[in-house]
Amino acid sequence: MSEPASEPFRPRVVPVGDSAVLLELGETIDPLINAAVLALDAEIRSLELEGVIELVPTYRSLLVHYDPERIDGRVLLARLSKLDLEHPGTPPEGRLWTVPVAYGGEFGIDLEAVARRHGLRAEEVVQLHTGPTYRVYMVGFVPGFTYLGGLDPRLYTPRLDDPRPRTPAGSVSIGGIQAGIASLEIPSGWHLLGRTPVRTFDPERTPPLLLEPGDRVRFVPIDPATFDELDRRAAAHDPLIAPEPA
Amino acid sequence: MIDPTPSLLVERCGPLVTVQDVGRFGYQRFGVTPAGPMDPWAWRLAVRLVGAAGNDAGLELGPGGLVLRVEAERARLAFGGAERALAVDGRPFPWWSVLGLVRSQRVEIGPALRGVWSYVAIAGGLGLSPVMGSLATHTLTRLGGLEGRALRAGDRLPLTDSEIGAGLPDLTLAAPPPEPEGPIRVVLGPQEAWFGKAGIATLLEGTWRVSPRSDRMGYRLEGPRIEHARSPNIVSDGIVMGAIQVPGSGQPIVLMADRQSTGGYPKIATVIGADIGRLAQVGVGGAIRFRAVTFEEALQARAEARARLEAALAGLEPVACSGRLDAGFLLSVNLVSGVTAGEP
Repeated sequence: MSEPASEPFRPRVVPVGDSAVLLELGETIDPLINAAVLALDAEIRSLELEGVIELVPTYRSLLVHYDPERIDGRVLLARLSKLDLEHPGTPPEGRLWTVPVAYGGEFGIDLEAVARRHGLRAEEVVQLHTGPTYRVYMVGFVPGFTYLGGLDPRLYTPRLDDPRPRTPAGSVSIGGIQAGIASLEIPSGWHLLGRTPVRTFDPERTPPLLLEPGDRVRFVPIDPATFDELDRRAAAHDPLIAPEPA
Repeated sequence: MIDPTPSLLVERCGPLVTVQDVGRFGYQRFGVTPAGPMDPWAWRLAVRLVGAAGNDAGLELGPGGLVLRVEAERARLAFGGAERALAVDGRPFPWWSVLGLVRSQRVEIGPALRGVWSYVAIAGGLGLSPVMGSLATHTLTRLGGLEGRALRAGDRLPLTDSEIGAGLPDLTLAAPPPEPEGPIRVVLGPQEAWFGKAGIATLLEGTWRVSPRSDRMGYRLEGPRIEHARSPNIVSDGIVMGAIQVPGSGQPIVLMADRQSTGGYPKIATVIGADIGRLAQVGVGGAIRFRAVTFEEALQARAEARARLEAALAGLEPVACSGRLDAGFLLSVNLVSGVTAGEP
């Protein structure tokens, strides 16, 4: 009666030093693996295990940080090994965020080049980029940098050979099969399609961070005047966007 | 009558002095680094010495010195970590002490005599605004502490309560906790399979030097080239303090307090919790060797480190009137990079 798993995962559960346990579900960027990671993340968080400090889900693995002064690592390792890792279920439907983006021109200096590379017009690239509902695969590199899966294959674009030493905060970009939202000014080899006035990370705001692994994201185009208006509000710590509940 | 905020005034300051607490946890899933102390054991012992109530924020010192002026009715400070000369109003005190101070006293801390990182724990902690629940400074993302940056001369550090510890005696450790000898212990993995036997043998048999390009984010080590059996790139995963990642150059980097939350190089081994502070205290140019232990041995080593800390605390004794006001001591206080004991 059980659902035939198309690809049963055989995760590795290993201690990382004496303050973390790694649950490794794969070694590649794969929506199925990431879904399993996020399902495990939700399950382990719901257990509220004593001594577990925080969980870091990534594309393909889940790192469980614990306080070795509060829990014996062997006990936690045994507990995590007992989870039904091969059938973690489907990840909970994440919250849905709608993120405004000013595309092209000074906001997205690579929009025209990406369009030319794929034999498209700039408006068509914007349509393809605003079409899908993306899933937040992970947040990392710097606070709030959001890695998104679900890019339209017609926009798959290899990264720049020579990454730019700095790209603007709020950049909305694509790299390979991924899409992303930058929180801070960072070096990047991804292609800059536009900018959002939304600050995915603002330490002086409550909450300081918005998007979380497993959440869903849609992009909606805005004009430069709207960008400027929203950017002023964001500078005063307005989050600008709120999630629709899952 | 104006009573200014009770505070500590930073009169002189070497580089890399930051406000730290235990660290900023709970936000690594958003890409936020914990930061916190480089030598967690020394930090913990200093905090226990001062008997922190309130928040446990204090100062971490890099290799240089620090001069503080008490601008409060009183303050109670503990000093620990890498050994230094310590003087109050020119009078020497033993390192690893907790001292009650009064208004306008001047605390002079010399450069590290050996090791790198030292701690000033403050009774009651600091009256700064926590960022995401912590005062730990992460300078790369300008978070926490004082404006997210290292301290400089002229900074004022507000105290939360300058009455804490009033009337308590000055105490010092009879003996600071002895450091274990021998190689830095590691647990292999989590990506040891990306290196094979040859790569692991190189890690464990080589002698490594701490590169000058090391900082609170990571210690870069120089030595024989660690061969990868597979690609030097992995799909990013989470990182703990002490993770030893090996990029394509074959030269390992031990990720420390200010590490990124995730990274894309395979990690050959992880320095165990008991030895992370000992590694942090190896300065630039210092030599390091590694030894692999099991997970169970790592837990045992942690229990031993905890026992050493408790044993040290059990040996508290009153600070004796020191007769160490000799030329050698004064020289050691004066020969500070960026700090002098003299008046401006």
